Amino acid sequence: MNDSQKPDQPHRGLGARRKQRIDDLAATSGTTTTVAEAGAIDESGGVGLVASAWRRLRRNPIFLIGLVITCAFILLALLSPWIAPHDPADNPLIDKVSRQSNPVPGPEPGFPLGGDDSGRDLLSRLLVGSQQTLLVGVCATIFGLAGGLALGTLAGAFGGWVDSVVMRIVDVMLSIPSLLLAVSISALAARPSQWTVIIAVAVVQVPIFARLLRGSMLAQRGKDHVLAARALGVKRSAIILRHMLPNSLGPVIVQATLVLATAIIDAAALSFLGLGNPDDSKPEWGQMLGQAQMYIYDHPHLAFYPAACIIVVALGFTLMGESLREALDPKSRR
Amino acid sequence: MRKAAPLAALAATALTLSACAASDRDDSGSDGGDTGGTFTFGAAGAPEVFDPFYATDGETFRVTRQIFETLVKVKPGSAELGPGLAESWEPSEDGKTWTFTLREGVKFSDGEAFDAAAVCANFERMSDQNDAAQSGPAEYWNTGMGGFGEDALYDGCEATDDMTAVLKVKSATSKFPAMLSLSSFSMQSPKALKDGKANDVKTQGEGFVYPENSQKPVGTGPYLLDKYDTANKTVSLTRNDDYWGEKAKTAKIVFKIIPDESTRRQELEAGSIDGYDLPNPVDWKGLEESGNQVEVRDPFNILYLGLQPEANAKLKDVRVRQAINYAINRDQLVKSQLPEGATAASQFMPDTVSGYNKDLKPYPYDTAKAKSLLKEAGAEGMTLRFAYPSEVTRPYMPNPQKIHEAIRKDLEKAGIKVEVETMPWNGGYLDNVDAHKYDAFLLGWTGDYDSADNFIGTFFGNAKLNDFSTVAGGYGQELSKELKDADATVDEAERATKYEAINKKIAEDYVPGAPISHSPPAIVVSKDVKGLVTSPLTAEEFSTVTVGGE
Amino acid sequence: MLKFIIRRLLQLVVVLFVLSILLFAWLRALPGGVVSAMLGERATPESRARLTEAFGLNEPLPVQYWRFLTRALQGDFGVSTGVQPGKTATSILIERFPATIELSFVALMLAIVVAIPLGYLAAKKRASFLDNTSIVASLVGVAVPVFFLAFLLKYVFAIQLGWLPVSGRSSIPDATHVTGFFVLDGLLTREWDAAWDALKHLILPGIALASIPFAMVFRITRASVLEVLDEDFVRTAQAKGLSHRVVRGRHIMRNALLPVITAVGLQVGALLAGAVLTETVFNFGGIGEALKFAFTLRDYPVLQLLVFVAALTYVLVNLLVDILYAVVDPRVRTR
Repeated sequence: MNDSQKPDQPHRGLGARRKQRIDDLAATSGTTTTVAEAGAIDESGGVGLVASAWRRLRRNPIFLIGLVITCAFILLALLSPWIAPHDPADNPLIDKVSRQSNPVPGPEPGFPLGGDDSGRDLLSRLLVGSQQTLLVGVCATIFGLAGGLALGTLAGAFGGWVDSVVMRIVDVMLSIPSLLLAVSISALAARPSQWTVIIAVAVVQVPIFARLLRGSMLAQRGKDHVLAARALGVKRSAIILRHMLPNSLGPVIVQATLVLATAIIDAAALSFLGLGNPDDSKPEWGQMLGQAQMYIYDHPHLAFYPAACIIVVALGFTLMGESLREALDPKSRR
Repeated sequence: MRKAAPLAALAATALTLSACAASDRDDSGSDGGDTGGTFTFGAAGAPEVFDPFYATDGETFRVTRQIFETLVKVKPGSAELGPGLAESWEPSEDGKTWTFTLREGVKFSDGEAFDAAAVCANFERMSDQNDAAQSGPAEYWNTGMGGFGEDALYDGCEATDDMTAVLKVKSATSKFPAMLSLSSFSMQSPKALKDGKANDVKTQGEGFVYPENSQKPVGTGPYLLDKYDTANKTVSLTRNDDYWGEKAKTAKIVFKIIPDESTRRQELEAGSIDGYDLPNPVDWKGLEESGNQVEVRDPFNILYLGLQPEANAKLKDVRVRQAINYAINRDQLVKSQLPEGATAASQFMPDTVSGYNKDLKPYPYDTAKAKSLLKEAGAEGMTLRFAYPSEVTRPYMPNPQKIHEAIRKDLEKAGIKVEVETMPWNGGYLDNVDAHKYDAFLLGWTGDYDSADNFIGTFFGNAKLNDFSTVAGGYGQELSKELKDADATVDEAERATKYEAINKKIAEDYVPGAPISHSPPAIVVSKDVKGLVTSPLTAEEFSTVTVGGE
Repeated sequence: MLKFIIRRLLQLVVVLFVLSILLFAWLRALPGGVVSAMLGERATPESRARLTEAFGLNEPLPVQYWRFLTRALQGDFGVSTGVQPGKTATSILIERFPATIELSFVALMLAIVVAIPLGYLAAKKRASFLDNTSIVASLVGVAVPVFFLAFLLKYVFAIQLGWLPVSGRSSIPDATHVTGFFVLDGLLTREWDAAWDALKHLILPGIALASIPFAMVFRITRASVLEVLDEDFVRTAQAKGLSHRVVRGRHIMRNALLPVITAVGLQVGALLAGAVLTETVFNFGGIGEALKFAFTLRDYPVLQLLVFVAALTYVLVNLLVDILYAVVDPRVRTR
């Protein structure tokens, strides 16, 4: 499905080729949505595409698995305060905790998974942890998308020197390994918190969204309906907002689904490096996993449970995103 | 050898090397009992330099302690002083002149004789530092010996005969001679110091460059530096066969640098290292269950809650500071968050230090009393910005976050509103404590040597600048004066009485903060390791250690 | 072609210059710093002031930057204050870079060796059980946090089973190092045990790190094989009656591999980020681990140089990929 060789693609020398390939590929975990596809989606007409995509998705087991996991996760996040047997911030097991002889209390009646090292109920923390995890994923994605949207629209809509400047910035951002970028940003914060984690993870996504969007927008600029609007004397801002932007969003939405997964994983990596949210009164899976490092030898379950949760949820988002992408890809409609 | 070289030259080197290298190493796998084997120790960090005079960290001292010796040594297994390279010493009446009688028949590993001239050469070298070295690397000389300027303590060294060295200090101090047991003040070969341009420290950018001597340590100790393999992160020492005392039992010590705590544990369990220092208390039980020996030392440290009246005016009232002391449930904290052997603290120093006041008891846990004191002071419902450091564990503070959490809950019970603050240890926490930005903070100290001055003198000695703003608390000048007076007292018994009185005043009248606990640091070795003598100062010598065998 | 390369190199210089300023400003904006890191709890106001002045940290930022830049242009990137105090940042880089290259190389090779044939097979048997399973498997690889996979591998194969070493690069303290690539060193000096030992240390971190490029390489291979299978020239070749091997080798794979090359090039950034995590878990002495410790110890000179080199590597590899692309694909050259 990836292809940069399509003859109808605009080729502007090697530099442009490379940028396009970043559009194709840098978009995290192997996305292959291309400018060509973005154009193609549009060409093949909105409704027909969506309808036929849905028809195919309904029969795709991979998509259905992803959908079920995602829905279950969101439902859990909404309902967990009522499901959880204990308050996740309360420490009913603190009397059992002793740094040396019993740092992590084991299971007992009422506490099926036992406690954590502060005497808090592990099951409740896992259940309620879905809330903050969802918050981190969704907020980081939205912020990343917003930043990318701003930069990408700026570059894609105006072209010329605006494009050059914006894209140089994006190049610099892309050249720093993503994790380091996130690490630096969370370290810059005077007071680390859940929000610094979210912002750090979001910033990493900005250049990727920006590239992706710019690519689609550039393809749009030459499209008939845009040219027509311009010929009719429609204002530039209106063209950008009404005509170009909406039609460029397809690949971006697919990417956003995938970023939900990466955001949750990146947040966990930050916690692992000790740059997560230090306040753990509200549990979050990545933070739980990061804090469990110390106990990995004697009490691996402290790490395995939140890790399993992260993996399942990230897999859910990824399965959904990937099958969405394939369904929206006109080439697979054979 | 490892610099980038043209491929051809490189291949040539490789070929020449290959011939000898293969034969050099034949018994790497087997730890034969006759050669004494290898003791592999997991170190948490890379050594700074091999010249201990320029070092400040325990990881460096652990290595240099095997290579160098000091005039005065700490008796194995205790914090008490005993003979080292000096067999005996005698202070003058006024405590300003110290006569050391040196041990006969000691040689540096380069063949140079150890005598009074060598001792004086060392002290002259230490006192004669350039600007770069004065600004940082010579930190122990700065803090212990009063630095290089007006306040310098050192007043000359004289070799009255071959084996008698006389050291002069400008004023009497309790730090002498205990301070001379610090690895920083090790005796190094005068020839090596000279040849290696030992004092030639330079600043380069934001770091220091050390001269050749720092890579070629020449001491009198039981081991010699063999190789520091930075690519493989190992430091290898070999036995000094000409050592004057009892020769080391094990032929080789390898320090493997493993910065991650849980990895050190895994390496020990996998058998690729024979021991490591400061295992986390949460691991003690598991380590013992798998057959390792967890040796718990006596606590020689203090964890305290510092209070900063400059950040929060309410803390200027001593009743508020006392209330905070009453509010903390030290016993539960010690039980749930600290390992066995930890004790609640009644004063700012551990009980093994002379000058410790045995009559003082920790503040009892009394929320009602705390509330009434707060009410009296008009500080009911006060807010306290209370900070802890992240990215760090210390022997006195195995898990800062959990300790903070426990104290916070106690304070809240007494009606104090707590704002949680945290920063990485190196990433702003220490800066903020220093800049008086937190109302309350967690900090502590591990003693360098057996002296009350090393604890309370360090904390409160400087009235103008300290983490507690003692002057703003209304007692700073007084306390500082009392401390100076006690430090300059020559008679040991009299000095101890003075320190006991100061400790009582600090605990009851001044209350600069809340002493919390003393926590024992442990060291762990595998079941095959025998002969390790632990030191409460965490200053182990490994020459008595054997691995495996019968 | 030459003009293109020159232009790209000029662009590179601009990007790197901007990056160096950003880096410098960023490090100085970080709370805390080298003074705290060096002195710890024994930091007194006097000792702080002494160090701050000795390092010139009390001077205005532009002055500090200028000093940094003039030194850096002469190849002097300063001296480490935390990772290996007293050593120059450059020597730390030279010493540790081979470890990361070695590890990334093994990871890439593992990923390529498994992912390309698998991608080819999956594409040939589209929508089959094999296809679906390998898609899901590659996505699971994406969903598992790298550091957790590293932990898991270590826990199972090193700790529980004891088959492979727990951490580090070598357990032979007196092995000879020539190039800094330990496996290669062992082979060059004919210390076979050292080479084998070094290789064993590479397996687990290599697998963990391979999970990053694996999914990408697999899916790109699959996608582009699918694409190429549909092309006229493949059908023609098959119709001509050419043998399967020839069609696969000359026609399908040769064309399908082009996007894969790009994919691999673009993975360099992700690989470096993954290396930070993997090397930390395995105490593998590469630049990834050094970066982590330089960061916690606020070792500015090392941090500055390593991040800079990481970025430079990324940019250069991609330039190389572009050039390689032009060499391999004649269509690009003619345009």
